[in-house]
Amino acid sequence: MLAAAALGGQRGERLLFDGLDLQVQPGQVVWLRGRNGRGKTSLLRIMAGLSSPAKGAVLCGGVALNKQSADWRRRLLYVAHASALKEDLTVSECLNFSAALQGRRHSPEEIHTALSRWGIGGLRQAPVRTLSQGQRRRTALARLALPHPASIWLLDEPFDALDNEGVQTLCDLLTQQSRRGGTVLLTSHQTVPLRDPVPLTLDLDSHAIAS
Amino acid sequence: MLLVHFAHPPWGAAAVYRCLGALMRALFLAVLLRDLRLAARRRIDALLPLVFFVVALSLFPLGVGPEPETLRHIAPGVVWVCALLATMLSVQQLYSGDQSDGSLEQMLLAPQPAIVVAGAKSTAHWLLNGAPLVVVAPLAGVFFDLSGSALASLIMGLLLGTPVLSLLGGLGAALTLGLRSAGMLLILIVLPLTMPVLIFGAGAVSAVESGQSAAGHYSLLGALLLGTLLGAPLATAAALRISSE
Repeated sequence: MLAAAALGGQRGERLLFDGLDLQVQPGQVVWLRGRNGRGKTSLLRIMAGLSSPAKGAVLCGGVALNKQSADWRRRLLYVAHASALKEDLTVSECLNFSAALQGRRHSPEEIHTALSRWGIGGLRQAPVRTLSQGQRRRTALARLALPHPASIWLLDEPFDALDNEGVQTLCDLLTQQSRRGGTVLLTSHQTVPLRDPVPLTLDLDSHAIAS
Repeated sequence: MLLVHFAHPPWGAAAVYRCLGALMRALFLAVLLRDLRLAARRRIDALLPLVFFVVALSLFPLGVGPEPETLRHIAPGVVWVCALLATMLSVQQLYSGDQSDGSLEQMLLAPQPAIVVAGAKSTAHWLLNGAPLVVVAPLAGVFFDLSGSALASLIMGLLLGTPVLSLLGGLGAALTLGLRSAGMLLILIVLPLTMPVLIFGAGAVSAVESGQSAAGHYSLLGALLLGTLLGAPLATAAALRISSE
C-alpha cells in the first residue's frame, strides 16, 4: 500500500499543498486533479522519492520512503511528462535502456509485442526524432505493456497527446494493472475515461477524495 | 533473469550482495554504452572538443613565433591549458540533455545508487573526450618541437590527468545543473579544482626536459586520480539528487 501522511509540498517558497493524507490500496487507481500549479506533478515526484516533502512522509507498506531498501525502486514505474526518450536512439533502444535502469532485459519479441499493443510495432527501429508527439507518448507508455510490470505506477498526464485508440489502450493497461493488484496514481487534466475500476479522485484544490 | 532472482530471494546476504553488484555493473554498462552510442550518432558534436584542442594548440606557434626554444619552454603549460579548456567545453552538456528530456529522473529512480550513474557518465566523457586528447597529444610534439622523452612524459601525464578533469567536470556539471549561466559557473567552480593536475602534469614534462625524473609528478597525479575517483562520483551523485529536487 502506498500512503501519504500529513504531506506538504512546496515549490520554492510557495506552499502547494499541506496536510494531505492519502492511501492507495492494491488494485486502486487514483486520479489526481486540480487547477494548474496546484502541485500535481510535485506530488507525484514526492511519491516517487524524487523530491522531498516540505512536511509529512510518504509510506510504502508502512515504511517511509527514505527508510526503504533500494529494492523498493524496482517496484516503481514513473512516467513523467517528459518522455525520457533520446532523439538519436531508436524506439527499441530507448525501451531497452529504460528496462536496463531497472535491472531488466527484454527480448526483441517482448519489445515488439509491447509496441504492437500501442500500434507502433513497425516503428521499433525508427529513430525517436522521426516520431510524432503522439508516437513518442506511446513509446514512453509502452513500458507499461512490457512483461513483469512494476507494482506501483506513477503517471504524469499519461493521456496527453494520445488519440482515442491510445486512450483505450491505456485504459486497458490500467484495468490489467488493477486486476493484478497493482497501484496507480495518475494526473490528468481530462476526465479519466476508466470504467474498470472507477478511479478514486483526489482533488488537490480541496484535498477531498471521491469515487 | 535478475528480476526472477529478486522476486524469489532464496539465499543469504552474500548472494543478495552479489546480485546487487551485478545490477550495479549492468546499470554502469547501460549508461556507458548508451552515451557512447549517442556520441557515435552525433559524431560532429563529439569531435568538436578534439578539434578545438588541435586548433588551439596550433595557434600558439603562430602567435608566439617559430623559436623552438621558446616553444619547448611553453609547451607543457599550453597543452595542459588547452586540454583543460577542451574538457570544460564538452562537460557542460554531460547532464543537461538528460535533465531536459527526463532521462536523468529515470536514472535517479534506478534501484542502484546514483554514484553508479555519475561514474558511468564520467567514464563515457573520458572515453569520448579525454582519451582522444591523449591520442592526438603527439601532435604537440610537432607543434612545439618536443623531444621523444618529453612527449612520452606529456602523454603519461595526460593519461593520468584527463580522467581527473572528466570526474571534476562531471561534478561541476551536476552542481550547476539547471542554473542560469551554468556554463560560466561550471568553469569558475572547476578550474580552481584542476590546478594541481595542471601543475603536476606540466611539471612532469618540464622535469623531463631538464633531465630530472618525473616519477614524483606521476605519483602525485596518480594520487589525485585515486582521490578524485573515490570522492567525485559520490559528490556528483549528491549534487544530481539536489539538482533534480
